[in-house]
Amino acid sequence: MIKEKSLLEIKNLHVSVDDDIKILNGINLTIKLGEIHVIMGPNGSGKSTLANVLSGRPGYNIDKGEIIFKGEDITSQDPEIRARNGMFLAFQYPMELPGVRTWQFLKSSVDAIRLHNELPELKIKEFDKLLEEKKEIVEMNSELLKRSVNEGFSGGEKKRNEILQLSLLNPTFAMLDETDSGLDIDALQIVAKGVKNYHNNNNSVMLVTHYQRILNHLSPDYIHVLMDGKIVKSGDKSLSLELESKGYEWIRESILKQS
Amino acid sequence: MANQKIISRNTKLEDNQYKWGFELDIDSETAPKGINPEIIKFISKKKKEPEWMYEWRMKAYNHWIKKGDSEPTWANIKYPKINYQDIIYYAAPKSNDSAPQSLDDVDPELITAFNKLGIPLEEQKKLTGVAVDAVLDSVSVATTYKDMLKKAGVIFCSMSEAIQNHPELVKKYLGSVVPYSDNFFATLNSAAFTDGSFVYVPPKVRCPIELMTYFRINQEDSGQFERTLIIADEGSYVSYLEGCTAPMRKTSQLHAAVVELVALKDAEIKYSTLQNWYPGNKDGEGGVYNFVTKRGICKGQNSKISWTQVETGSAITWKYPSVILQGDNSIGEFYSVALVNNFQQADTGTKMIHVGKNTKSTIIAKGISAGKAQNTYRGQVKVLPTAKNAKNFTQCDSLLIGDKCGAHTIPYIEVNNPTAQMGHEATTSKVNDDQLFYLQQRGISLEEANYMIINGFCRGIFKELPFEFAMEASQLLKVSLEGTVG
Repeated sequence: MIKEKSLLEIKNLHVSVDDDIKILNGINLTIKLGEIHVIMGPNGSGKSTLANVLSGRPGYNIDKGEIIFKGEDITSQDPEIRARNGMFLAFQYPMELPGVRTWQFLKSSVDAIRLHNELPELKIKEFDKLLEEKKEIVEMNSELLKRSVNEGFSGGEKKRNEILQLSLLNPTFAMLDETDSGLDIDALQIVAKGVKNYHNNNNSVMLVTHYQRILNHLSPDYIHVLMDGKIVKSGDKSLSLELESKGYEWIRESILKQS
Repeated sequence: MANQKIISRNTKLEDNQYKWGFELDIDSETAPKGINPEIIKFISKKKKEPEWMYEWRMKAYNHWIKKGDSEPTWANIKYPKINYQDIIYYAAPKSNDSAPQSLDDVDPELITAFNKLGIPLEEQKKLTGVAVDAVLDSVSVATTYKDMLKKAGVIFCSMSEAIQNHPELVKKYLGSVVPYSDNFFATLNSAAFTDGSFVYVPPKVRCPIELMTYFRINQEDSGQFERTLIIADEGSYVSYLEGCTAPMRKTSQLHAAVVELVALKDAEIKYSTLQNWYPGNKDGEGGVYNFVTKRGICKGQNSKISWTQVETGSAITWKYPSVILQGDNSIGEFYSVALVNNFQQADTGTKMIHVGKNTKSTIIAKGISAGKAQNTYRGQVKVLPTAKNAKNFTQCDSLLIGDKCGAHTIPYIEVNNPTAQMGHEATTSKVNDDQLFYLQQRGISLEEANYMIINGFCRGIFKELPFEFAMEASQLLKVSLEGTVG
């Protein structure tokens, strides 16, 4: 694929939840291969909803608009199909799966995606080798792989587990939903390193965050500000610095002035 | 430890058909329907039993008649009245008249049938695996590995053979844990049992292989009334597995078995069950009525009995594998997964009766309900005044799939000694949508995601099973749930 080709196109996306509460009010966004897009915005502006809707999470009504991924309309596609086609979401709150061993979970996931791409399942040895290599990147303790998925993991361990999955599955499009929230400085660096290690010209990243600090480790191409379910401002990395020092109110005010 | 590898049975499953539902084409020699002194005489004669055995059966029969209509009604199950005179109490494959001496003597059609069931009796000679006793309808057809066990001094044979060859042991222990007067179904079994397995492990012997019995009801309108007796003498150890299947039938079939376990001083018995009797169709027609009495006694000090059961089959399950903790420091365990789907009903649990000092029991019961099925855990922990420092821990977890099924937990605790320590935990949950989405987002299908979560729910129980049995249990779970999730 050539770099200029758009990987993801979101066209006039309107999303509501039960009782007609509108969350997204006409999102337009195009993400090309090789790009890193950052979504910022105040609490409740719809950032997480955007990531969830893109990945196909049930519970949202898409009232209008479409999502084009790799040239295909995926607006009503099942989440596992999107995942197999290369869409990944690092969860804000990774779920605990009691009794499901982390190792087994990771292997099932890798194999599901491989089978979809007409590749054979990995042999245990092959998988262990891959896992060994990837877990070094996020400095994941091997003991955790024997435990149930995320059960009894610390906040930082859960987030690292998400980045481990990102590295293992190597998707074309990775969404990170506040992966940097609640991390200490060391953990943040490890997570940033994982993302950096993953990212190249053949994939794209959409990072949802509240903080500028993770961006110090990455080189985002665009910063978008989401307010009341709309992208109200886009800019380059300098916008994130401006937001960090000034907050969001000035944007709201400038919008009001314009109208 | 000697080779504990167990034979692998084919559990590849193509669709949500009940894969075990084919019918064997073997002429059976059947008794006329119904139960009466004539029939009991017929069974006893067929089995060439000694007089004492016949008398014991008759004692049970008379008790059953005297008690009249005393079928228990306290369980949380509903079923049409069973007509006990409409059941065939004895059905034997004809070719069994001259009992086979080795696998070569076994009717090749039977071998084919068992291969179809996924029990490769043929292969057993090659694999140092499990000794298998297969009970078809009412009669034990083949017991493998006799020689190897003989060397170790272990007796593993059909109950009929044990009555002939080891009458002193049978006389001493039969009915010693579950007396013929115990309950309606156990009494009926005592009168009419046709076969079953018998195990005796001599003192200080660790049984070198896993022992296994495979039960199958084949004959239409027949009931299965097997009787199993396992005796672990002082300081011995045995692990015993039991598997069950039955063909698909429109009419219901009765299975009323009795299992008795006796663990003497320092002995340990591990008893594992995979129960996959025909559960009936999705409209609730047919299926096996499984009324089973299983009980063990930790007779000597430091003895241990552990029950592990995975119950996925039967239209009705009524079963409470129990342990009487008589010896000081003895241990009783009950690990259970009971899965019900469609119109299945299960009322299952355990009883732990603490008699001796420092006795300890653990109960972990996992119930899974899907479709319109009802699942009840019923348990009793009883601490007698003599049981100083008794300890029990009970955990009951229920998982619901869909909104038309039910889960019920009924634990009885009776403590008569102030030094007892009791712990009880119970949870009820549904498969969580967020968990499912998490798995789907990783490329795993909704059905597989459900299965992974349910399997995870049962993991603590499956790890108690021998490895290959655990694999099969997990497969059984998957096939039993097919079509209900996703």
